Amino acid sequence: MLGFSTFECSARSAILAFTLTIAVPCMVVGAALVPSADNGLADLMNRLALRQHGHVSFVERQFLGILDRATETSGELLYDAPDRLEKRTLKPKPESLILDHGTLAIQRGKYARSLSLRDYPHIGLFIDSIRETLAGDLAALNRSYTLAFKTGSDGWTLVLIPRDARLADLIANIQVSGVSDEIHMIEFRRVNGDHSVMTLSPLPGT
Amino acid sequence: MMRNRLVNVTVWVCLLALAGMVALHARYTADLSAFLPMAPSKAQRFLVDQLREGLASRLILVDIAGADATIRASLSNSLAIRLRTTGAFRSVRNGESVGLEGDREFIVNHRYLLSDRMTAEHFTVSGLHSSISDSIDLLSSPMGLIAQDLFVRDPTGETLQAAEQLGQFNSQPRSIDGVWVSRDGKRALLMAQTRAQGSDTDGQERAIEIIHRAFHDAQIKGGASPKAPLVLRLSGPGVFAVQARTTIQHEAIRLSILSSLVIASLLFFVYRSVPVLVLGLLPVVSGALAGIAAVALGFGVVHGVTLGFGVTLIGEAVDYSVYLFIQSALSDAANAGNAPNTGVTAWAATFWPTIRLGMLTSICGFATLVPSKFPGLAQLGVYSIAGLLAAGLATRFVLPSLLPKNLGLGIALPIGRGFARALSVLRAWRHALWLLPCVAVLVLYAHRDHLWNRELAALSPIPLAVQSLDAELRADLGAPDVRTLIILTGKTSEAVLQASEAIGKSLDTMVATGAIASYQAPSRYLPSAATQQLRRTSLPSAEEMAARLKSAVKGLPIQAARLQPFLRDIDAARASGLIRRSDLVGTSLASGVDALLVRRGKQWNGLLPLQAARSGPYAFSVDTTRVKQAIASTATNEVEATVLDLKNEADALYSGYLSDAMRLSLLGFGAILALLLFSLRSARRVFRVVVPLILAVLAVMSGLALAGHALTILHLVGLLLIIAIGSNYALFFDRESSLTNSNAASRMLASLLIANLTTVIGFGTLAFSSVPVLASLGMTVAPGTLLALLFSAVIDSNARKDPECLIA
Repeated sequence: MLGFSTFECSARSAILAFTLTIAVPCMVVGAALVPSADNGLADLMNRLALRQHGHVSFVERQFLGILDRATETSGELLYDAPDRLEKRTLKPKPESLILDHGTLAIQRGKYARSLSLRDYPHIGLFIDSIRETLAGDLAALNRSYTLAFKTGSDGWTLVLIPRDARLADLIANIQVSGVSDEIHMIEFRRVNGDHSVMTLSPLPGT
Repeated sequence: MMRNRLVNVTVWVCLLALAGMVALHARYTADLSAFLPMAPSKAQRFLVDQLREGLASRLILVDIAGADATIRASLSNSLAIRLRTTGAFRSVRNGESVGLEGDREFIVNHRYLLSDRMTAEHFTVSGLHSSISDSIDLLSSPMGLIAQDLFVRDPTGETLQAAEQLGQFNSQPRSIDGVWVSRDGKRALLMAQTRAQGSDTDGQERAIEIIHRAFHDAQIKGGASPKAPLVLRLSGPGVFAVQARTTIQHEAIRLSILSSLVIASLLFFVYRSVPVLVLGLLPVVSGALAGIAAVALGFGVVHGVTLGFGVTLIGEAVDYSVYLFIQSALSDAANAGNAPNTGVTAWAATFWPTIRLGMLTSICGFATLVPSKFPGLAQLGVYSIAGLLAAGLATRFVLPSLLPKNLGLGIALPIGRGFARALSVLRAWRHALWLLPCVAVLVLYAHRDHLWNRELAALSPIPLAVQSLDAELRADLGAPDVRTLIILTGKTSEAVLQASEAIGKSLDTMVATGAIASYQAPSRYLPSAATQQLRRTSLPSAEEMAARLKSAVKGLPIQAARLQPFLRDIDAARASGLIRRSDLVGTSLASGVDALLVRRGKQWNGLLPLQAARSGPYAFSVDTTRVKQAIASTATNEVEATVLDLKNEADALYSGYLSDAMRLSLLGFGAILALLLFSLRSARRVFRVVVPLILAVLAVMSGLALAGHALTILHLVGLLLIIAIGSNYALFFDRESSLTNSNAASRMLASLLIANLTTVIGFGTLAFSSVPVLASLGMTVAPGTLLALLFSAVIDSNARKDPECLIA
């Protein structure tokens, strides 16, 4: 209980960031592999609503101000409609992060804990926004983020800037980019300058 | 003569009033102490403490079903908030995190005193290198987001280590929407720990009421729809105790009203007079009051269970008045026209000696219970002796003065004659009776291994369904169902904490090998001062640390200069004071220490509950021999360590009571034989009296064994009652031969039949009780006394004569 509690109360921002690292990638994974002639945002949203399942591999490079070099992790992302998201890190150390029905479960080696996001009401709002996005609710996504969608010769980019002040204190922006039907990259920029770049690719055989 | 009677009645009324006064001012208790030994061994004392006030004894498990997950979650939260404000609970947990900021701050600030890894090696260059390297790995993982804030202060991850150590014991239940739920997710779960002791049944009952009320209020405020009502279920030792008490009370009241009505109707049918019916109850009332008064005076406190058992006294006490009324009426009829009450005088001369001997026989039987170590049984002995004496004396010296002049009771004659005819039919089969002991011995021999149930659970008044709900909730919640405890006793808390640390190391190996799942220890929440000191001195000086850190970060993607806050914290930790118990106040660590480190007089006790593994060779049962070895290897002079298996200890305690009671009962039987031999002065007559009783006991025992009932201490009490009540019957039949008057014989038979019927009705209704304790008593005594009557009648030596001549 105690270890768990210590974690639970350790900085709400951490929980929030936690959720972000898993939820946003998964949110777009749902649509990542759906073929489409037109990559318009509304269309993207429509296709999101149709997805029941997503599964891709990722490589994430993190640039933390405190460290001299970037760190690299890799693994898989999974999404099952409507409420289950999973980030499964395989290297350098196996670790899994599962968001299921408002509970965030962490497993790393012998360490296994679950956190309740309901204890943090503003995160609850955030989770709702992800749910709505996954359900293809563009209006809901618009309520939570300022959206900028552009297409160019080298593909498309969606930039999400949080509207919620508490979220904006932590996350500067999230940038999702892809080519044609596929998402290639998700970039998080934190307000403190730390940032991470996550590259996605289809799993072999899918 | 008249004056004599007046004196008798006056003395009786005074004594009754006195006994009533004592009973009124007696202290009654319904707690567990009736089952706890009067002179406990050390292990038993710990057992008693655990049962009374142990952590597990205060636990109430709450389960909410119905509606949907969201409604259940919000109700769980509002219920938890309401319960926390009542003050009736030490803690209420439902998965919602409450008041934990204090924990985090405390752990961060004292991490270098709490972390197990704090040894001199930990902060060498290579030690620092590897732990900082691990922390960097952690930083780049999603968990790093948590560790990030602290990284520059705690690059070796000591906060996480300390937090993990503390959290080790608890596996969290599943949670949905922030509240604990069952494994299937369909029910919300809460755990409440009452402030009231587990043995305080009234306190537990209040706590349960509070939960019900809070649930009701929360449901109303929450606007629950009547279409999908929520269902509340509770479990736990306190809930069991309250349920058991309520059931026993309800059943005892319901069944005694029922049997009283039936018995009263039967007696009214015979007596045809309400005053006589009421008079017939006087010995019973006298006996009950005298019994309570004797117990109150002898023990200072009267156990509820004694009153329960004592009700069985009615079975014998009511017989006395039946004998008096029917048998003296016979003399009245015989001496019709003479002075009134000559019947009573004749009865006193003819029958009273027999009844007196029967009473003394019963007293002999119950007297053997008095030295029992089982307080409940010892009280029953005293209660019965005093009760029977009072009932007997009231029947002999008080009732006759109050009887109406002409009792009549003509109906007794045909009843007696009918019974005699039925008996003559049975007597034709009397030789078949000798088969009975052969069969019974065979049956008992075949069941010899399972004849007696030596587990305390045999006495559990909890229905099986309730027990399985408890098991289900515990599995869902991972609630500690602690069976095995290590108990440390020492003169100072420091000594106990040091022993706890030493034993903890051995237990860690047992956890690692899967011999146990986990354990709790007070030193986990509050390390001993010695250990804390050792950890503090393992911290290098500021200059030394700076130098080591510089070398340690070589090859790592971090510069030592970034870790200045770490050096500052280390320096502060070197100067900080040790953690004292009082420093824990306000954190949840305090409740851990409070539960596991207790002061008892001049002694300190440390408790280390062990949780059995869930799989493997030691699944669900802790190997106590290994634990004992672990303790032995870490024994110190100052601290004594004992391993306590709660269930085994409780079973051993009960088994001890049972053996004790069996031994005493045999002794009592010997005393009865001696008494009979002394009074009857004929081995043949003693044999005739005793054999039917032995046969009845054998028949009942083998019948119960055949029906699949393992015998408990309650059955044993029942067997004793068969002897006590049955001896009256046997003695009357022994006496029958001397009756010259055939009407007298018929009336005696009638009195025996009616006395027996009241007993069979009284105990027969108990046999249908859903409370095992009451049922086992009923199913033993009802058939047993009936058989004792029949066997006594059939084996009767007069059978050699033509039975018809008795009534001709």
